[in-house]
Amino acid sequence: MIKYLLRRLAFGVVLVVVVSTLTFFLVFSGGERVAANILGDSASSADIAALTHKLGADRPLLVQYGEWITKAAHGDLGSAWTTTGSVTEILWRRVPVTLSIVGTAVLMMTAISAVLGITAAVLGGWADRLIQVVSVIGFAVPNFWLGLLLIIVFALDLRWLPATGYVTFASSPAAWITSLVLPVTALVLSGIASASQQMRGAVIDALAQDYVRTLSARGIGPASILYRHALRNAMPAALTVLSVQFIALLGGAAIIERVFAIPGLGELTVRSAIVGDVPVLMGVVLTMIVVVVIVNIVIDIINAWVNPKVRLS
Amino acid sequence: MNSSIAPAVRERTSLVRSVLANPTGLVASVILLSLALVIIFAPAIAPFDPVKVQVFKVNAPPDAEFLLGGDGSGRDILSRLIYGARNTVLGALIAVSVAGTLGVTTGLFAGYYGRLIDTIASWISNGLMALPAIIVLLAFFQALGSSIYMSMAVFGVMLSPGFFRLTRNLVQGVKHELYIDAARVSGLSDLRIITQHILLVIRAPVVIQVSIVSGIAIVIQAGLEFLGLGDASLPTWGGMLQNAFDNLYTAPLSAFSSGLAISLTVASLVLLANAIRDRMQRGDAPQRLRHLKVPVPSTSAPAPASADILLEIRDLVVGYPGRDGWVNVVNGVSLSLKRGEIFGLVGESGSGKTQTAFAVLGLLSAGGRILSGSIYFDGQDLTRASPSEMRRLRGRHIAYVPQEPMSNLDPSFRIGYQLVEPMMKVLGISRAQARKRALELLGHVGLADPERVFKSYPHQISGGMAQRVLIAGAVACKPDLLIADEPTTALDVTVQAEVLDLLRNLQAEYGMSIIIVTHNFGVVADMCDMVAVMRNGAVVETNAARELFAAPQHEYTKMLLDSVLEDSKPRTYSAPQEELV
Repeated sequence: MIKYLLRRLAFGVVLVVVVSTLTFFLVFSGGERVAANILGDSASSADIAALTHKLGADRPLLVQYGEWITKAAHGDLGSAWTTTGSVTEILWRRVPVTLSIVGTAVLMMTAISAVLGITAAVLGGWADRLIQVVSVIGFAVPNFWLGLLLIIVFALDLRWLPATGYVTFASSPAAWITSLVLPVTALVLSGIASASQQMRGAVIDALAQDYVRTLSARGIGPASILYRHALRNAMPAALTVLSVQFIALLGGAAIIERVFAIPGLGELTVRSAIVGDVPVLMGVVLTMIVVVVIVNIVIDIINAWVNPKVRLS
Repeated sequence: MNSSIAPAVRERTSLVRSVLANPTGLVASVILLSLALVIIFAPAIAPFDPVKVQVFKVNAPPDAEFLLGGDGSGRDILSRLIYGARNTVLGALIAVSVAGTLGVTTGLFAGYYGRLIDTIASWISNGLMALPAIIVLLAFFQALGSSIYMSMAVFGVMLSPGFFRLTRNLVQGVKHELYIDAARVSGLSDLRIITQHILLVIRAPVVIQVSIVSGIAIVIQAGLEFLGLGDASLPTWGGMLQNAFDNLYTAPLSAFSSGLAISLTVASLVLLANAIRDRMQRGDAPQRLRHLKVPVPSTSAPAPASADILLEIRDLVVGYPGRDGWVNVVNGVSLSLKRGEIFGLVGESGSGKTQTAFAVLGLLSAGGRILSGSIYFDGQDLTRASPSEMRRLRGRHIAYVPQEPMSNLDPSFRIGYQLVEPMMKVLGISRAQARKRALELLGHVGLADPERVFKSYPHQISGGMAQRVLIAGAVACKPDLLIADEPTTALDVTVQAEVLDLLRNLQAEYGMSIIIVTHNFGVVADMCDMVAVMRNGAVVETNAARELFAAPQHEYTKMLLDSVLEDSKPRTYSAPQEELV
């Protein structure tokens, strides 16, 4: 198991290094264009050259990369180009916001799709058809459009919930929850659609195994078969779904944060992409990949814990 | 050559026809076809120039001129919707083409040649799948020169793992099929094999994937445009949503039409994919499962008179739902079993012997039903027993030893737990008592180190050991009847004899009755007092084992016995040693 986890960890480290390197060379290659972009249309070429020099973007890419990675290894991601403050400071303010949205969405998705998927797998019939309808709708309705519709109905029309904004948990737990309801709902639908469908398949597969009949033949009741044996064996498949959906939700949050004007990582990415704040973009990409790698390793550990073949190998 | 092409062509036409015969498939196709027409004839259909601004129509509600109203800049929403279809679909096509070409090609190579290519490609594919696509596209936005089509091409690369994994797994699945081997032996080049045989196999799944991925691409492209990363001069559905979002407080209604267009298109793509998938899987799943009526068993036959009879099956009919009504897999089986007797149920695969056994256990596979007949076990008609009554009988009175030892142990639980749990439940004893008894049983069935086996997981023991564990589990609660379904078929020859000996010894010790389901007359000769020969769901001959071997009455029995004797003598209990020499 140690070997398995070390291999997964190595994959994570390689992924972080490769992706951040590739991203660096792509985003830092356009330093001059970014300087022009920051200064606006009226800037003279001398102004642009001066700013490019000031940002350090006129040096060879390899030199810039060497500097960036040395600093990054020490936890310093440089300064933002278009706002004040260091990139790490900016990221630290944003990460909790995004994680509270994505975290809540993951919890909701897991709970709802587990219930839907298990019900459909066991009952079939109407539950099965419901899950199929939900999965088509969840796939076809873009989360940002759903967000707009939710704002129109629940914020502008009914005035039940705030249309935009984010309140930290520390300042007011109740307002924190109400500020999360609409964004999380908009974000989570597509996840539920896909995860419940896959959960259904995993449970059906587990219930179709030979040992289920043998356990029944020994007098084990259907409740124990489902909750103790089938669900335990459906866990590895469910964990894979969770890891894929977490990545999808993290990406989805970028758009949802824009819709609901939530100051998270996604909103930061969009703004930095449009103005070309390259160090911030690098910081966001690095943070996202590190979060994905950490979540995947946690999922791998849980998988090793539920799956004796992995644990004892 | 011609013969290999002809069926493929026929299959394709029938695929299209049957997808259109499916209501959702038809609706989806009609919507997508209309979309294609709108895209082709956009200039003719659109009432206005999509970029023409009419200042007094800014955020205008729908009227006779602007049927869907005006957007935030005073442009006709309907015309923009029509032209937007073009640009939106173009972006999706770019993404799908890149993803499909890249994924299918690498998948073919990785699946067909394997090893190094496969390892490298799989790493890259896993890496790509670990990235949130939107974030990457946003980060690359400036570098890619702010063209949405360039972004969609990059997105295509990020979507290619889906095609890669699909193709690779399919190719790996068919690579070792006999017809591929035959093609290779007969000297066809790899290229010919890939283009002629393998592409045929992956065609339909790839079409399904194209449909799904197009949907994803449309949504992501609209998302990017919604975030303001598109070309503002081109009308697109995502750009229209952005415009609607900016004017949400003044003209909320304008957010509907473009969102609806996206959803409708994507839903049609998904439904089309589902319709094709249903067509591919047809035959596996019975369509009209729910609609079949279960005939009420007519009259219950009286219970057997003699208390010496443990099990009496009369005119048993077992059916599974098929396309045209019930398909009977057991058709009027009758047999009776005395206490302490070993009964052989013999027949070829598909003769209904296993289904008869499952009917007695009340554990028919999903959809299976006892349609008529009676099964008297110890004076009780099991065909009329409730599920909970059956549950109380199983384990305690009727037990089961399966054919395939490894797949019949739950891989996630220790063997000890799998023995202890049923004993605690059925016998109502404590965990400590159950544990003690389980260890005794494991030793009793001939396992050398019960403690170690008790603590092991199924994947840590051999097939022969697993079968002993399953036998221990079956006899744990001292059942009256043990049903053993091909108990030795999956085992090595040397282990087979030991397992049969074990079953015989346990039978003698506990005095239980055994039904052995088998296709092997050697096992029958070795073990059984009585034997019934089954064919096509019915019993053709029942007799004492000794007499059946001496004087088979039915032609089919004779034929089966002849075919056995041609190869080798059935293993008889008195003389196993001579055969080994």
